[in-house]
Amino acid sequence: MTRSPNSAGMWLARPFTERSTQWFLGILTLAVALVSILHLALPVSNPLHVSAYTVTLLGKYLCYALLAVAVDLVWGFLGILSLGHGAFFAVGGYAMGMYLMRQIGDRGVYGNPTLPDFMVFLNWDQLPWYWHGFDMAWFAFVMVLLAPGLLALVFGFLAFRSRVTGVYLSIITQALTFALMLAFFRNEMGFGGNNGLTDFKDILGFNLRTDATRLGLFIATGVALGLGYIICRAIVGSKLGRVSIACRDAEARTRFLGYRVERVQLFVFVVSAMLAGVAGALYVPQVGIINPSEFSPLFSIEVVVWVALGGRATLYGAVIGAILVNYAKTVFTGVMPDAWLFALGGLFVLVTVLLPKGIAGLIRHRKVDTTPETPAGKEATA
Amino acid sequence: MSIRRLLTQGLIVCCLLLSSVPAHAQSSDDQAQTLLQALADSSYADKAGAINDIAKSGDDRARGWLDAFANGKLSRIEKSGQFVIVLENRGRNWTVADALTGEPIGEVSRRDLDSIRINNSLRRDLDGILAVIDLTVKDPARRLTAARALRGSIDDTMAERIGDLLKDEDDSRVRDALKEAIAIHQVQLGDVSAVSALSGSLNSEARSALTAATRSDDPELAAAAKDALKKIRQKLKWNHAAETLYFGLSLGSVLVLAAIGLAITFGVMGVINMAHGELIMLGAYTTWGMQQLLPGQPGLALILAIPAGFLVSALAGIAIERSVIQFLKGRPLETLLATFGISLILQQLVRTVISPLNRTVITPDWMSGSVMINEALSLTLNRLYVIGFALVVFAGLMLIMRKTRLGLEVRAVTQNRAMARAMGIKATRVDILTFALGSGVAGLAGVALSQITNVGPNLGQNYIIDSFMVVVFGGVGNLWGTLVAGLSLGTINQLLEPWAGAVLAKIVVLVFIILFIQKRPRGLFPQKGRAAEG
Repeated sequence: MTRSPNSAGMWLARPFTERSTQWFLGILTLAVALVSILHLALPVSNPLHVSAYTVTLLGKYLCYALLAVAVDLVWGFLGILSLGHGAFFAVGGYAMGMYLMRQIGDRGVYGNPTLPDFMVFLNWDQLPWYWHGFDMAWFAFVMVLLAPGLLALVFGFLAFRSRVTGVYLSIITQALTFALMLAFFRNEMGFGGNNGLTDFKDILGFNLRTDATRLGLFIATGVALGLGYIICRAIVGSKLGRVSIACRDAEARTRFLGYRVERVQLFVFVVSAMLAGVAGALYVPQVGIINPSEFSPLFSIEVVVWVALGGRATLYGAVIGAILVNYAKTVFTGVMPDAWLFALGGLFVLVTVLLPKGIAGLIRHRKVDTTPETPAGKEATA
Repeated sequence: MSIRRLLTQGLIVCCLLLSSVPAHAQSSDDQAQTLLQALADSSYADKAGAINDIAKSGDDRARGWLDAFANGKLSRIEKSGQFVIVLENRGRNWTVADALTGEPIGEVSRRDLDSIRINNSLRRDLDGILAVIDLTVKDPARRLTAARALRGSIDDTMAERIGDLLKDEDDSRVRDALKEAIAIHQVQLGDVSAVSALSGSLNSEARSALTAATRSDDPELAAAAKDALKKIRQKLKWNHAAETLYFGLSLGSVLVLAAIGLAITFGVMGVINMAHGELIMLGAYTTWGMQQLLPGQPGLALILAIPAGFLVSALAGIAIERSVIQFLKGRPLETLLATFGISLILQQLVRTVISPLNRTVITPDWMSGSVMINEALSLTLNRLYVIGFALVVFAGLMLIMRKTRLGLEVRAVTQNRAMARAMGIKATRVDILTFALGSGVAGLAGVALSQITNVGPNLGQNYIIDSFMVVVFGGVGNLWGTLVAGLSLGTINQLLEPWAGAVLAKIVVLVFIILFIQKRPRGLFPQKGRAAEG
């Protein structure tokens, strides 16, 4: 994509001029500020006080929201239904988990200064090569972006080059996350096997158990969500974004017009994977554990339904969907755990059959309809 | 099944009738009593003679007596002098049965019983004698088992006796086993000429005898033994390969069964049905339900479950098609999501209504056990049945698709929906029937799977990704492709397993498919012509 130097700056600034982005950022900032104030300023006895538990729970929702934004970027604007974004989320999470694991130092159960507990338990005498460097925060944070990015790059390169799209790609992404789940379950992989990585103590020197750190992580997640949203909006609004929408609506035609469809797809896919990785990395210190179940195909497909409920190709819809569904999940699993899967399954059916544009579609319906054509698969090939 | 049981029971009744002919029984019982008395009353030195007398008596019950004697379970009730066999010797009162008639007497106080004593040298002799008695029974199958058990555990005197028995033996397999037993004995003694008789044997005793012989001081014997071992190893390797192939084919046929229904709904109709795994699960649960309805008749229930499983899953499929899929025509990604939701609901339904735990489905007698090809290779029957079943289902589907009106209409609608409708084909009806057919086949897969794996709410989930892989690998819309892909993926998986482990093998296969699609995006057997568009 050649761009005049002038438009380079515009590219990132454009989202701020959009009404929907202004609204979104405003509400997000307000919400994060409100939660922080209610948590800090009010005494515990006050009914409006937000407990540290709730702050962490909300932080978790925001991580999911960022993941949903990443999925919406590829599904809503590129037409690629990834059923394996949980894999990128989990890889990012593992990168963060490895850093947190190394931060434990000799405070583990076995007191080994370099080896994490599970390696001592497995009688390993030295750190595997891929664990080196994770004692340094900067390295780990770079890996949070690089590891999922690389995975997406290799996978996407192979898939898009041979023009695997549509349903095939969905199934293959599902196979990818399934294969990774099986792999990470193995002790020999060196990622803690079944139990994953847990028992973290502190991050960047701050104790993870204190309320202040939890609030800090919550705010950091809010900032990350805002940044991720801006980046996605910026991409979507750029020329590249318009080409990617063209790929979504008529892939063959875009190719015949001379665009290298697979490159556009690869770029957007990798960016989306990195965002998912960041979401995973912020998720791990807040929930305190990362294990292979994050790779499970069910989780990835659940993310898709958040986006579908919120409304495809809107980005803010993804955030609404993620928070709504996860709030419902928290409530349901607390009140009647058996009913949750019924509710989730019903949601899948209802959203796809009755609410193809999601909640965002309902909101937008009242105003002028500016959405490009319903994003369903009216690809000529279907 | 029930016929077989009737026959067996009839046979037993006949035997009882025959054996209770009074006059014959009377005289032989007297004789038996004397024989046993001789055994009980003589000193250790004379007991050997008494044992021989019993063995030579030709009495059908002799084996039972000697066996009980060897295990210290032959006793005499002190007061009456009646000989009994102890069935249960725990506690103060022992359960016994009359040694002569075999009828249970009930419980007798331990103190009233006078056990007939035995020592170690007698016990050793008895083992040989028992084995030889077994070699003289009428049933060749029992003779064969006895002959096989003898290998590696005979001594000089027994070798002599076996040599005598060989002359009268007319069953060739028993002869071979006996010859092998003697040859092993001779090799153990250091006889070079016997090595050649063992060179093709797959028996582990023969192998250990040869391995021992390779360390012998006699260079000629050692060399011959080494040679023979090499041949055996080669043969074992082939057998092992055959076994792997069998396991691969059996896993493959399971994959084919699971995937072939999908090949119809996904391949022919273009509908992504993520609930396919749950339709398989429904078939498996139907089998379980049938067995609950017909307790004590697992075989009959299984056979009835085949049409029942088909029907249940087909009806469920029709319900899914009518309620959801028909509204999502031409939107494959949405169909995928909606059917995934259905799969979640079905899973949870089974968990709530039946149980979250696995259910046990009984394998009927005629499906358990295995076919022994040779000593290193035996094929389990249930897997053999599943392979056969998969092939029959496949052939049936092929027939339907190729030779029936429905198949013709399905192919027409697949190739050009609008044109087919213009020709008077009711496309909606074809959709429903096709979906019902694909779902019903999933039910059949469930019936078969219930015989080789656990039946639980997660049954379907374990197969859905594999099934999609098979369909994609084989080429969408091609039933032959599904067959070849399923069988080859199963075999590849089994081949990889020994050196990679089960989990890694699965990962390697998934990666392989991802890479394979790079080369041939449309699978092994891509559709050609107009149908290939899209």
